[in-house]
Amino acid sequence: MSGAASLPPAGLPGLDPRYSRLVTVPERGTGAQHTWHVLDNGDALAQLGVEPVGTILCVHGNPTWSYLWRSLLSAATDVVTDAASKHATIGVWRVIAVDQLNMGFSDRTGTTRPLSTRIADLGDLTETLGLAGQVVTFGHDWGGVVSLGWATQHPHLVSGVMALNTAVHQPADASIPALLRLALRPILLKSSTVHTTAFLQSTLALASGLPAPVRAAYLAPYLTADRRQGIGDFVADIPVDQHHESFAALTAVSSGIRDLHVPALFLWGPKDPIFSDRYLVDLLQRMPQADAHRFEGAGHLIAEDVDFAPVALRWLAEAVLTGPPPPVSEPTHEAPALWSNLDKYRDSPKTALVEMAPPGRSAPRHVSWRLLATRVKELAAGLRAHGVQPGDRVSVLVPPGADLTAVLYACLRIGAVVVVADAGLGIGGLSRAVRGAWPDHVIGIDRALVAAKALGWPGQKFSTRRLPAGVARSLGVTASLGELMTAGRTGAPLPQPPSPGDLAAVLFTSGSTGPAKGVAYTHRQLSALSELLATQYDITVGTGLVAGFAPFALLGPALGATSVTPDMDVTSPSTLTAAAVADAAAAVDARIVFASPAALGNVLATADALTVPQRNTLSGVQALLSAGAPLAEPLLARVSQLLPSATIHTPYGMTEGLLLTDITLGGIRDAAKSIPDSGGVCVGVPAASVQIRISALDGAGVASGPPSNQPGVTGEIVAAAPHIKDHYDRLWVTQADSVRDSDDGTRWHRTGDVGHLDSEGRLWVEGRLPHVIVAASGVITPVGPEHRAEQVSGVARAAAVGVGPSGTQQLVLVIELSTRRRRPAMATPRLTADIRAAVGRPVAAVLVVPKLPTDIRHNSKVDRSRLARWATDVLAGGRMRRP
Amino acid sequence: MTMSETPMKVLVTGASGSLGQAVVAGLIAAGHEVRTLQRRSSAVAGAEDFIGTVTDAEDLTTATAGREAVVHLAAKVSMAGALAEFEAVNVGGTAGILAAARAAGVTRFVQVSSPSVAHSGTSIMGAGTLPADPKRARGAYARTKAQGELLALASDTSDFRVVAVRPHLVWGPGDTQLIARIVERARRGRLPLLNSGACLIDTTYRDNAASAIVAALHRADTAHGHAYVVSNGEPRTVAELMDGICRAAGVTPPRWRVPAAVARAAGGAVEALWSMRPGEDEPPMTRFLAEQLSTAHWFDQRRTREALQWSPAVSIDEGLHRLAASYR
Repeated sequence: MSGAASLPPAGLPGLDPRYSRLVTVPERGTGAQHTWHVLDNGDALAQLGVEPVGTILCVHGNPTWSYLWRSLLSAATDVVTDAASKHATIGVWRVIAVDQLNMGFSDRTGTTRPLSTRIADLGDLTETLGLAGQVVTFGHDWGGVVSLGWATQHPHLVSGVMALNTAVHQPADASIPALLRLALRPILLKSSTVHTTAFLQSTLALASGLPAPVRAAYLAPYLTADRRQGIGDFVADIPVDQHHESFAALTAVSSGIRDLHVPALFLWGPKDPIFSDRYLVDLLQRMPQADAHRFEGAGHLIAEDVDFAPVALRWLAEAVLTGPPPPVSEPTHEAPALWSNLDKYRDSPKTALVEMAPPGRSAPRHVSWRLLATRVKELAAGLRAHGVQPGDRVSVLVPPGADLTAVLYACLRIGAVVVVADAGLGIGGLSRAVRGAWPDHVIGIDRALVAAKALGWPGQKFSTRRLPAGVARSLGVTASLGELMTAGRTGAPLPQPPSPGDLAAVLFTSGSTGPAKGVAYTHRQLSALSELLATQYDITVGTGLVAGFAPFALLGPALGATSVTPDMDVTSPSTLTAAAVADAAAAVDARIVFASPAALGNVLATADALTVPQRNTLSGVQALLSAGAPLAEPLLARVSQLLPSATIHTPYGMTEGLLLTDITLGGIRDAAKSIPDSGGVCVGVPAASVQIRISALDGAGVASGPPSNQPGVTGEIVAAAPHIKDHYDRLWVTQADSVRDSDDGTRWHRTGDVGHLDSEGRLWVEGRLPHVIVAASGVITPVGPEHRAEQVSGVARAAAVGVGPSGTQQLVLVIELSTRRRRPAMATPRLTADIRAAVGRPVAAVLVVPKLPTDIRHNSKVDRSRLARWATDVLAGGRMRRP
Repeated sequence: MTMSETPMKVLVTGASGSLGQAVVAGLIAAGHEVRTLQRRSSAVAGAEDFIGTVTDAEDLTTATAGREAVVHLAAKVSMAGALAEFEAVNVGGTAGILAAARAAGVTRFVQVSSPSVAHSGTSIMGAGTLPADPKRARGAYARTKAQGELLALASDTSDFRVVAVRPHLVWGPGDTQLIARIVERARRGRLPLLNSGACLIDTTYRDNAASAIVAALHRADTAHGHAYVVSNGEPRTVAELMDGICRAAGVTPPRWRVPAAVARAAGGAVEALWSMRPGEDEPPMTRFLAEQLSTAHWFDQRRTREALQWSPAVSIDEGLHRLAASYR
């Protein structure tokens, strides 16, 4: 009998047979009886004597079955017995995962079941089961639609909704995804979905490296053609247009969820060729309260690609059981809006910014405040005229200069959210970032627009320069900046400016620690950053500023400064020459120079070519800021010789908090003198509005201590300040991991760096948290042993890494010698002995490499994770390859 | 720590070796009354030597008479040889001494074992003490020692408290096993380093192994029923160890390098030849030795140190100084 419901065969991997049961349900209206196979941990929980807080109702998609949810059933049940998870705080949930009728091991009813029937079927089942109390739906694929449809019809029961890759709406402009289009061709439909397992197999192929037994388990209910009829019916039920019988039902769901004012979570595999990011964006627009996490690298069968169950349970605990955190009280002081100077000086003929090498021109371009204010206003109006709405995301792929400045301030003024990803991510990383942010509009230079076309970046396209009509058409460009300004010259008033709490920008991290993350900032936070920079570095209206470091330089107009972009290839900081800095400084009589650490090396290397007037100009500079990575004192000392009147600052910060502490060259020297063997890099004292605390590491290397400012305690550096990020974009887990709320209501950002404070309140960085070595003798932070090893003669740079399991790791030093070695090797007995003596802690081995691997962006942050993996392999008897 | 222990009447088997002598000396220093059982004199002042073998039931009955504790070191330690010989001593001898000890009313029994009883040939990096596995252990020595350890631990009761101690690669001055072989081969230019010689290996300085065995006897009441890997807890690369030992002995450290896979294959062939023509020396490279020298094996010592309330007193560097002094 292939048509009647049955229990799954025994021995399917990961599926506990005690959860399987059959439920017979009368169909409302017809009275027909249908038997469902469901997975249900209710009895298991009852046996453990635990009353669940509610029910998670899971609905699979096509062509899977309840097997998809097996890990959630196990995780939800194991919470009870797992002492570590403290089920009082996680919450115990009953999980019911159904096999939809005609699917899995449920009845083959002999009738096709369009969407409206399937939603009603699920209602019949939950009524039979007598579901009460709080129910959270959880759907995948078309099961997402069915479960959300059920939720819209049972709002009194629903206290939350969750979904894995799904969609509730087919945007009018989007073609049906190719795979489905293929499956929907009438001749192919039957053969691919029913007569053969082609559709099944291609769906399973969407999960990377599914083990054969798991693949077989997914196929288990669909071994014969008659058992696969439901798969074909399901595909045929996808409403391709409004004439389809399920179109009305789908529309009811997609509009109905707008009224579901309950917590929502979407867990997403971006590598899904069917339900791409556009459907996530659509869902987030319908349910703006929703949380989302995109798992980079995961695909359509996200349930197989990532361990989603703990994430779901954690989210339920935080969002559904605890409820949202109380709103953070509005600050008493509100920094001025970023564009306020453009309003204030809109009639000023004074220079706002200078571009030393503007694109397509041979001479520097000077832009007055009046011109800049006019251009920003025109652009803002033009963008509005072209449909850019407040809250729309605008990906800006324009190099620093006048165009970028005008575009940014225009977007900010109309409340559009600026998405900025650095070309330094490489085209692959950049594309992941842009697609992940899913912009509504893209403003780019030619090269960016070509990439956008080739890589399928979404959104309306605007070009920086006017393109020939044919080129514009082929790249899908709607208008150029010039055309936008023309369109904006209507004199129509601009809309209301955004509120301080509205989202202003999504800035992508450098990607030096995993895939680039989008960091979301509100207007209030960016204004606070601008205000902090002004206070910290005494920047006032008219201060001349050489803008060699983009993130701060873009705040020039907000600061009221006169900023100048030097002649350089901004995507490659090491193209900045000393002469270019001097010429830029001369153009605005600069008092301050911003430079990236990578640029300073080339500035020093090209200093010999400076003319006397150029040297004189540099002598007038009063401050230099080099942000992005710590720099060694000798390098800074040489910079100081080039800029003899300047105070050399190296602020400490990250994309999530661009300025946390500051130290001057003098401060670095004082710190080194007062604490010679500190085991860290001194990054100075907290900036004006910043609080720095330390969360002490426990014996397992976990930052578990409450944030404290006690000196001498090593732990994770946490920071609070008005200009720290609002959240990570569509990365709920990352965001939840990144914050520590203390009892007094302060929200701390976890930097992922480890260090300590000294008795004078200075912060010393000792490395990255994931690089901490947990030996049997205790926790070792890498910077201390590295500094000591670097004192040994002949050693250029050292990296301290851990080999072996945490808790009994061995300390290994990897050395780059001053005289470059051609291939990696073990250190000589003499060098090994010297390094052991210098480090003063047990060192298992010393390895020498030609060059320590550094992350490409900073060329100064040693990639210790990669070195640790390499050393582990070598010291296990592997080949002595290059790291 | 040792001063506070109640003096006991202890039998030490296999006391004529380098480690056995150190154990006997340690026990005497701790105030115990020590009898030894081996085929020749233990040559330790203050010990009562009984000449015999662990394969002779009569010898065992006589030797264990009146004893309160036994430290069982006697074993056939070799890298080549007939399986039957290993079985007779390492399995049969252990079963015999266990039976005799229980019959004599002994309450504490320390089985001196080897980490190779749980070593299947793959790298061990920071693992704890894994169960002995006679099936997967490599070579006749390790397999029979695994059986012996299982026998000993299976005899553990609250009245007959058995602790198994597995010192890893014991070395020290006067050692005829590891050190003498390494030095002799290096002197003849027959000691290759495998691959880069970079795999990390734990070793145990002889006096530390001895103090750990004494500690196991003292802690038997709380530590019994389990095995504990013992080492210096200072993993070093093979190359560095060989270099240090050769320098201490005044011979040239090894230079030439053989890929580990070649050495393992060659080791297998030599081993096969050797077992057909047993001779005066060991084969230059057995498969077991090739594995030992081309894979990492170092251990998590936290549980051992806590359970035995012991830590090594002699560092590797200090041990090498003492070794060098012994060659001068």
